[in-house]
Amino acid sequence: MEIGPIWRALMRNKTAYVLIALQIAVTMAIMVNAVAIIEERNRIMARPSGVDEPNVFHIESISFAPGFDQAASVAEDLEAIRALPGVVDAIASNTVPLRNGGWSSGVATEPGEDVGPTGVAIYFTDDHGIATFGLDLIAGENFAATDIGWYGLSSERWPPLAILSREAATTLYPDVPLREIVGKTVYLNNTDAVRIIGIVERLQAAWKSWDGVERSMLVPAYLEGRATRYVVRTEPGYRDELMPQVEQKLAEMNDGRIVRDMLTMDATRERAYHEDAAMIKLLVFIVSLLTAITALGIVGLASFSVARRTRQIGTRRALGASRPAILRYFMLENFMVSSLGILAGGILAVAMNIWMVQTFELTPIAWYIIPVAMVVLWLVGQAAVYGPARRASMVPPAVATRSV
Amino acid sequence: MIRYYIKLGVLSIRKNPVLSALMVAAIAVGISACMTILNINYVMSGNPIPHRSDVLFHVQLDSWDPNQSAGDGGLSEPPNQVTYLDGTALLKARKARRQVLSYQSSRVVQPADRDLRPFEVNARSTTADFFPMFDVPFLYGRGWDQAADDSQEQVVVLGKEVNERLFGGEDSVGRTLVMNGEVFRIVGVLDDWYLVPRFYDVTTQAFNEVEELYFPFSVSVANEVNGSGNTNCWKPWGDTGWNAFLNSECVWMQMWVELHGQEEKQDYMAFLDAYVESQKAVGRFPRPLNNRLNNVMEWMADQEVVADDVQVLLGLAILFLIVCLLNTIGLLLAKIMRRSGDISLRRALGASRNAIFSQYIIEAGVIGLCGGILGIGFTWLGLRGIEVLYRQYEFVENLVRMDWVMVLAAVALAVVAALGAALYPTWRACRIHPAAQLKTL
Repeated sequence: MEIGPIWRALMRNKTAYVLIALQIAVTMAIMVNAVAIIEERNRIMARPSGVDEPNVFHIESISFAPGFDQAASVAEDLEAIRALPGVVDAIASNTVPLRNGGWSSGVATEPGEDVGPTGVAIYFTDDHGIATFGLDLIAGENFAATDIGWYGLSSERWPPLAILSREAATTLYPDVPLREIVGKTVYLNNTDAVRIIGIVERLQAAWKSWDGVERSMLVPAYLEGRATRYVVRTEPGYRDELMPQVEQKLAEMNDGRIVRDMLTMDATRERAYHEDAAMIKLLVFIVSLLTAITALGIVGLASFSVARRTRQIGTRRALGASRPAILRYFMLENFMVSSLGILAGGILAVAMNIWMVQTFELTPIAWYIIPVAMVVLWLVGQAAVYGPARRASMVPPAVATRSV
Repeated sequence: MIRYYIKLGVLSIRKNPVLSALMVAAIAVGISACMTILNINYVMSGNPIPHRSDVLFHVQLDSWDPNQSAGDGGLSEPPNQVTYLDGTALLKARKARRQVLSYQSSRVVQPADRDLRPFEVNARSTTADFFPMFDVPFLYGRGWDQAADDSQEQVVVLGKEVNERLFGGEDSVGRTLVMNGEVFRIVGVLDDWYLVPRFYDVTTQAFNEVEELYFPFSVSVANEVNGSGNTNCWKPWGDTGWNAFLNSECVWMQMWVELHGQEEKQDYMAFLDAYVESQKAVGRFPRPLNNRLNNVMEWMADQEVVADDVQVLLGLAILFLIVCLLNTIGLLLAKIMRRSGDISLRRALGASRNAIFSQYIIEAGVIGLCGGILGIGFTWLGLRGIEVLYRQYEFVENLVRMDWVMVLAAVALAVVAALGAALYPTWRACRIHPAAQLKTL
């Protein structure tokens, strides 16, 4: 092979190649870390909320009239919404997953102040909660209509029953089978005993970045207060048609309140992850631009090096080197320079990742990103150098005889 | 001579249009990537109230659970808001020059005009000192005074937009407004007030706009208006009802004080410590003494208002600029070495190394300047891109403003970067031996 001569030729004019290798190294470090962030965001964005998202929307009612009868209003509203054709079910709750606003509370397996509580997201609901969100009940049972009460500032104690998400249940009781968790008693506010009557597979909290995002609790009560959030599930295909109807109906039924902030679950998800989606787009843009600039740099330097060596190439051709041999020379030269850059880039990428993991609590890079980035950069290098290398191979042998 | 070299530089760019364009583009792209992110970082970490940021202090009292952390900071961090009990006690003590206690709530305004539907506003329940302390700009009227706070007067200050909506922008001072069924008298209307970040309350979204309406804290508490920001609790209330909530250990309001100079700050700190000790005596404050007074910029840093994403992007953008500069160094080197013949000839005809150095460094400067100017254009595009990408956040338009400082910084960075990149190639040019090169001409 020609590696020996190419290497010796490289060493005679190091600077330009060192620059290219450095450029490839930094490009590689950025590429690997950007891809790692993109992967992480994609993973987070792909988590299901547990809700039948395509068919669910929600709308908030805020009362302002003095003496507003909330109990009557909620009962009327729910009856009216549930009666609309195309509606599967509806509840009056406080929030929905991914909405970035809600209620969380500490739950402990023992009463008293000494037990560190586990935070869970609270969803107030009646017995229609599971059907409305479209949850998967994997153990125990649903609330009965008679279990439902009201909760607010004037309540003496927390409602006595609960349905937990699987993650909430297994965090509280790590090694207990789900069937046995049903029936256990947990404590809220240190003192209020609450019996677990069911477990659902999944129901995310309202805050996507919370470390307890998978822990939630359904509470059999309507929440006292000026704000009530109605959650509505429709038959597939009826959602968009029903949304204006529900909004108008609620607005007409009672003028002591305003209705606002109507959103589909799809839009709620889009809002929750907007920042992540934007970050992914930015990173993809940065990496593409960077790769393009590095490729252009390779083209520029290779063109320069070909131009400078035109006479030598002519001489080689005159001495019998074939066109493919010349082409191969430049391709191989680039491969060697790229390899050095990629090697340095791999080390730089890992170092940068370690720093980022420590500073920004990102997850470490997946091992396979590095070899993939290596292959990509090798290919980019080869593609970039192909043009100048082909031009080099076109140098006629006669050049050698000219200005010597 | 310099003018001649500049002319030569421009000529040389025109002689090698592709290579030069590549260099200018590389610098421009690198600069704009850097400046776009730097600009956002600069706005995010800007001082929202420069002339008063050193005298305004955010108060933190460590009233939290000894077994549980109050936020992300662990057990050694006090909660980032205060309880009603403590806030009102500090307010009543009046130990600082000014003090303000406030929280955000959501209210429904019912226009007198029956054709307009009731609408929801973001409101702030606050005490009288809020307006002078935070230098709030008024279009009409002014804030209320201490007496109004004490006597729970139903007065209100409107934001400019709400005034626009209800009264078509007229001077509405003295008129009334119905809010959640209660009648309020308008005492003031705000002028445009941009606060980036909204430092006095960063517990919700620090880059959201200021509230649209302000009314007295005492009225708000009497009307049992709960907060629309974060309410965090750790201890059962022991009783039911609004009063039990007020007397609970829940934190849900922000306390700021105005103190001038180190001595006043120390005195106030001593007062806070004494207050907490007195509360410990009645069984509150189970944690060790850990009170904090942070001025505006310290508080912004403590609360990390600059998003992690922006910092990651800034790091990547700086590396990006480095790649672009490596690229420029390589290309400049190629360009200059290609001209070895010219250089040798000039040297042989008597040009000094200094002359060669000036010529090529000026040429690089011209390229840098072009790159910088193009880079400003690209930065503008980049900021528009960010605006489109993050259009959902109402505050994004506050973050993509470019000021003269940033424009000049972009050009300066481009020129400095280009000159830095040119140093090595130019040095190489100076070291060319005329004889060795001239032989092959």
